[in-house]
Amino acid sequence: MRASRQTTLIASILLVACLGGSVLLLRGLDRVRSGATLEEVLYVPSPQALKRMSLGYDGLLADIYWTRAVQYFGTKFHSGAEHYDLLAPLLEITTNLDPHLIVAYQYGGNFLAPKPPHGAGMPQRAIQLMEYGIRNNPEDWHLYYQLGFIYYMDLKDYEDAADAFARGSRVPNAHPWLKLLSGYMAERAGDINTARMMWTTTFETTYDKSIKANAAAHLRALEVDEDVTKLEGAVARYKERIGHLPSSFGDLAAAGMLRGTPRDPLGNLYKLTSDGRVELQSPDDFPFVEKGTPPGYVPPKVPKFLPTD
Amino acid sequence: MNSRIGLIASNTFREAVRDRVLYNLIAFALLMSGAAILVGQISIDIERLVVINLGLTAVSLFGIVIAIFIGIGLVSKEIERRTLYTVLSRPVRRWEFIAGKFMGLAGTLVVNTFFMAIGVFGALLYVSHHFQAPDRWLLVALYFIVLQFLIITSLALFFSSFSSPLMSAVFAFALFVIGTFAEDLRGFAGMASGVARWLATGAAYLVPNFSALNVISSVAHQQPVSGQLILYNTAYALIYTTMALCGAVLIFERRNLK
Amino acid sequence: MTAIEILGLEKIYNVGFWRKRPKCALRPLHMQVEEGEIFGFLGPNGAGKTTTLKMLMGLVFPTSGSARILGMETNDPRMKAQIGFLPEQPYFYDYLTARELLEYYAGLSGVPAKERSRRSQEMLERVGLHDAGGLQLRKFSKGMLQRVGIAQAILHEPKVVFFDEPMSGLDPMGRREVRDLMDQLRQEGKTVFFCTHILSDAEALCDRVAIIHLGELRGVGSVADLTSSVQNRVELIWQGPSVPSSLRALGAEPHVAGSTVRAILLEANQDAAIEALRRERLRLISVVPVRTSLEDYFVQKLKPAESVAGGRQ
Repeated sequence: MRASRQTTLIASILLVACLGGSVLLLRGLDRVRSGATLEEVLYVPSPQALKRMSLGYDGLLADIYWTRAVQYFGTKFHSGAEHYDLLAPLLEITTNLDPHLIVAYQYGGNFLAPKPPHGAGMPQRAIQLMEYGIRNNPEDWHLYYQLGFIYYMDLKDYEDAADAFARGSRVPNAHPWLKLLSGYMAERAGDINTARMMWTTTFETTYDKSIKANAAAHLRALEVDEDVTKLEGAVARYKERIGHLPSSFGDLAAAGMLRGTPRDPLGNLYKLTSDGRVELQSPDDFPFVEKGTPPGYVPPKVPKFLPTD
Repeated sequence: MNSRIGLIASNTFREAVRDRVLYNLIAFALLMSGAAILVGQISIDIERLVVINLGLTAVSLFGIVIAIFIGIGLVSKEIERRTLYTVLSRPVRRWEFIAGKFMGLAGTLVVNTFFMAIGVFGALLYVSHHFQAPDRWLLVALYFIVLQFLIITSLALFFSSFSSPLMSAVFAFALFVIGTFAEDLRGFAGMASGVARWLATGAAYLVPNFSALNVISSVAHQQPVSGQLILYNTAYALIYTTMALCGAVLIFERRNLK
Repeated sequence: MTAIEILGLEKIYNVGFWRKRPKCALRPLHMQVEEGEIFGFLGPNGAGKTTTLKMLMGLVFPTSGSARILGMETNDPRMKAQIGFLPEQPYFYDYLTARELLEYYAGLSGVPAKERSRRSQEMLERVGLHDAGGLQLRKFSKGMLQRVGIAQAILHEPKVVFFDEPMSGLDPMGRREVRDLMDQLRQEGKTVFFCTHILSDAEALCDRVAIIHLGELRGVGSVADLTSSVQNRVELIWQGPSVPSSLRALGAEPHVAGSTVRAILLEANQDAAIEALRRERLRLISVVPVRTSLEDYFVQKLKPAESVAGGRQ
């Protein structure tokens, strides 16, 4: 008189089996399609057309495209990509749908301009994106900062960078360093402390984890460059004074040219080579360094965002 | 057993036809003809694009609407109108009833899609005067759309087995929308943490993946569809549909028909 | 052989959204119906008749107890091929024609394809719808729907037929036809189990009846057995129009029709009543015993229980 037991049993087993099957197939589909949804971005006639098609739900669609942009870059970055063709269209669509999504501009500012594998290598498009952001958010100093950042960091165009920083400093509630940076562009453009100031600003004024990690990596690299310069300078002075190269940092310390044992920002000891060069223990942990790598060093195909990667 | 399922299926098909569901084909035909003629006047190059995009999107949307509107009533209407009493007092097993209803609606949708496909190809021929080799991928796109219909129908039937037509429509439509963004949901889940991450991941796997079944834009740009994708999608649609139907059977088996 | 065996069938519903209160629709029922008889299942509306029937049909699951029809379980498809069911105020797929419906149902009941059309036509004629075969059911009147309902219940030659209020919606001619049909079914050796709250129908047709009230069985047996337990009554007719007060005191409810008065009394009070009339010098026209009906049974046996239970739920 109850519901048929046989049917219940078969249906239950089948249901669970299908559930498992569908999960497996979904993973398979992901593999087969990888990035297909994103490639459709190329088929969108224009960001404006997409906005019209969104029937007023731009905010939600902007969030979706923003998520896709982050996933796109993150996934490709971690698999050692050579180019990020879709990053620009994705960010352009995102900001077109929601012009006030500041973090999207920051992301573009940090990852569109630099050369691969650290970015899409499209500084001009990045600049266009920032200018678009500024037009839509003229009172937000972050965007002027980001614009100046691109000019400084990726294009080495210190005049335009100064100009951007100056514009930004005139905005109410602007970060106090914008005025300083504008001034530094003229004389201290190549100064390591200017760069350090920029990366610190970037690190402190964003919420996005990837941007922060990237900025932190740059700051560590700057520190390494500074350390290596100082240490190699000490080695040279030692050689001048004593007549031969020191065999270890202990020798430098004994000669009063060094205090303590020099460690890199991650806490590992620096190496002193037989020909007087200072090198990192594990250069792979420090993308962006210009000094402290052995000769003929090739950075890994898949760079690290974080030391733990 | 099979003859009973077949009888129920053909009766369901007959009901849909007599309910004038197939009249939607007229609206569709008008839409396609109008679009084809209009587009033929605009610049060359994009008319094929527009016809394919518009045509396939219309096939998909019309069909989803039909699937939901008929699907939600498949069980609940019969219970409400008490037509079910005289059916279940016959040697018809409850699961056979569910299976038959599903086949009937699925069959209706396949027939509907078939006629619509003729419309799309007709419009395409009109604007570009001859078929090109990549046009065969249109058939794959249409096949994927039919797979979408199977999934939505089984979901509507599932909801219909225990909830009112209105709520069933809401749930089914919601799942359709979320399913279209299923891959993004998985993206969101990846960025979340803690309990939200588990919930979102669970939901992302449970929700039907319609984005994989939507190849309209790439087909419109004459991109081929990989055989692997066809295989995976077919298996996925069949398995998901079976899952939803099992759910419907389990619920319906136990239902007291007051 | 026993056509229908009900063993302690019980149904308790949980009513209410938040705090579920149990509502008993049917107390444990024990009953048997023999093959070849017409069995009436009687009771006022809401007594539990339809609930019982639905449990027999497998549409509702009992809280406890079980039933067997023709010796088989209620979810056995082999059994279902041999029963027919007419629900109360039936409603059918209104987009189908009568013939299409019957052919569809015939197929579901296992009638071979070549037979379906012939059987459907036969049935339509049998229930008096031979002209309406091609008409869509949405155009059918209530009475016509009832006839279609009967047709679909018997078209596959079932051994046991279940009717729920088969006369509802029919005019007197129709009711007579249905009664004749049920008689025919009995003559064909079929068992008929029907529910109704119209007692006169049951009296005319049934071999045995069961009476159910407020979910409980209140009596089972042949009509004669049941009514014999009820006190007899007589009908007095006298020349009126006056009615002695003493007669009213005897419980008579006199009915004045022109110059005569009619009153029905318990047989026990007959002598006292005649005496009262003689004292008032009223001319007695007739004294006739009234045949006790099931209605009397109902009124006498069930009313006290109703007041005990505090009225209907």
